[in-house]
Amino acid sequence: MQAKRTTKLNIHVQGWLLALPAVILLASFTHIPAVVTVIDSFYSTPRGRVPSVFIGLDQYQAMLADPIFWRAFNNNLLYAVVTVPVAIALALGMALWVNGRIKGRTALRLAFFTPTILPMVAAANIWLFFYTSDYGLLNQIIRAFGFANVNWLGDPATALWSLMAVTIWKEAGFFMIFFLAALQQVPPDLYEAARMENAGRFTVFRRITWPLVMPTTLFVAINALINAFRIVDQVIAMTGGGPNNASTLLLFYIYQVAFSFWDSAYAAALSTVLLLVLGSVALAQFYLLDRKIHYR
Amino acid sequence: MKSVVVRSVSKLWGEARAVDDVSFEVEQGTLAVLLGPSGCGKSTTLRMIAGLDEPTSGSIEIAGKDVSGLTGSSRGVAMVFQSYALFPHLTVADNITFGLSVRGTPKPEMAARLDKVAALLGLEPLLRRKPSQLSGGQQQRVALGRALIAEAPVCLLDEPLSNLDAQLRQELRHEIRALQQRLGVTMVYVTHDQTEAMSMADRIILMRGGKIEQNGTPADLYERPANIFTARFIGGAPMSFLDLDDGAGGAVIAGTSSPPLFAGPGKGRVLGLRPEDIAVDDAHKSGLLHATVTGVEYLGAEALVTCALGDRSILARTRGAAAPAIGAQVSLSWHPSAAHVFDAASGKRLTIDSHAATPTPRLHTLHYQGSINA
Repeated sequence: MQAKRTTKLNIHVQGWLLALPAVILLASFTHIPAVVTVIDSFYSTPRGRVPSVFIGLDQYQAMLADPIFWRAFNNNLLYAVVTVPVAIALALGMALWVNGRIKGRTALRLAFFTPTILPMVAAANIWLFFYTSDYGLLNQIIRAFGFANVNWLGDPATALWSLMAVTIWKEAGFFMIFFLAALQQVPPDLYEAARMENAGRFTVFRRITWPLVMPTTLFVAINALINAFRIVDQVIAMTGGGPNNASTLLLFYIYQVAFSFWDSAYAAALSTVLLLVLGSVALAQFYLLDRKIHYR
Repeated sequence: MKSVVVRSVSKLWGEARAVDDVSFEVEQGTLAVLLGPSGCGKSTTLRMIAGLDEPTSGSIEIAGKDVSGLTGSSRGVAMVFQSYALFPHLTVADNITFGLSVRGTPKPEMAARLDKVAALLGLEPLLRRKPSQLSGGQQQRVALGRALIAEAPVCLLDEPLSNLDAQLRQELRHEIRALQQRLGVTMVYVTHDQTEAMSMADRIILMRGGKIEQNGTPADLYERPANIFTARFIGGAPMSFLDLDDGAGGAVIAGTSSPPLFAGPGKGRVLGLRPEDIAVDDAHKSGLLHATVTGVEYLGAEALVTCALGDRSILARTRGAAAPAIGAQVSLSWHPSAAHVFDAASGKRLTIDSHAATPTPRLHTLHYQGSINA
């Protein structure tokens, strides 16, 4: 009995030792900073010789009254609501296309995937050229059709939408790979069974393909949603949040508050809000994925 | 009335001829089996009847109409796939009614037909389950239900039982045959299993290398195989083949002192004998041949006895209890009408000795002679 207990203990010790490297990395770079951030958000920002003091929910109250926070939050929400479905629809469309028997489909797949390989900053610079008001590609095309120049990134009405286009362009190719994998998992017999019933292409998509790639769609949607709330590099590279905060997103605002305004406690409070948003998205993912969306 | 007519149909995949000028007809309300080893073109033929593949040349008629350019339900055929091809995300009920709902059948009619098919196949308790919650046999029934609910005049089955265990296969074999006869549908059934073909078919179309080797009733194929391939393929235990040679009084078995079997040359001819047609007796009894037992495969009710005949071997079937010991000397005999003679070069059946029910007098005599010799 005694010996048995010892070996059992040994196994636990061994197990924890094996997990230790991962635990240390995860804890020191993810969990501890997250917890510290939450704690910091209840304190004031230390400035010079003024130490930080506990101020409770003051930061959060300030946040509720902060118009730029609301601007960033709403921008981000709109960003997610637009980019996620459009990127998914495009990705699925492209996957369906390159899954078919067409000539040069490997080249086409590669072409669709290329934006994913590019670093965001490089992609942002390419699009900066597209959007430039005088000699930019988009305006050249528009002018050829007789329309007036549009200052894509300089106009508050178009800045956010221009950023969305870049995100969609960059993400759709990546998500296409997931959909392509999902489509290739569907047994061809199912399509033949549908052909035997003379089901039209749209019916086949709606009744067979769409439900069968649903788990992938959900997975992609959650990831796209998380990405939408994490976008910062292209805002920095393309608009700097402007004009007049028209393209400010949450993470970019946090970055500004923390490293331009050096208000670290307020940034911590903002980060906590972002953490809550992402946390609830992740929770939704686990909840939905475990439920009936998985038909197997 | 002809339900399915296949007229010199060929299918080429690039250079390869998967199906090569195949023609046959299936009577309405009968079950035809396309039989053959893998790669013989039987599944391709079925897919062309279904309309999933278009023939390279030739035509297919269903219920008297040329159906080229039509697929599946619009040409009046339904199909059961080897893998069942059930939609994993739909319930059993939705799987069965899929075709009806695609065609916009009204809900009440759909429900009525679903009830009928479910009752027919005993699927009532399973209707709300998903395919993954069913056993292989149940999935097979659902696939069958999906094909039958359309009430198409022709039902195609592509190796429907190959994924099931032996016991279940036998049960479903009976069930499918009974259903087919009860509903009066025409079935075209693809299999590589000759037992399945023999037990179910009204007509067997035996294929090899994209061509039809023989087309006839199961009894035709068993009793009068048109060639060595058919003879080898049909029948439980394999037929034994013995080369013949010219002898003094007619054809004799090469390398043995057998009595002449029939008048005429024996060289270039092959004698085929089914194990079940060969009687094994003690060596001192009369018989056509003497041989040594080299192997006994005991199967309970019966035993398969391998006998050495010179450098050739011959397989005979005996009652399990009466199987001789290995090494024993035995005499072998068979009724002349049980002997199949083929041309060695072409493999074609030869009708030298009549295999009719009444053996020719000469053969009688020879048989008798053989007995005296022994």
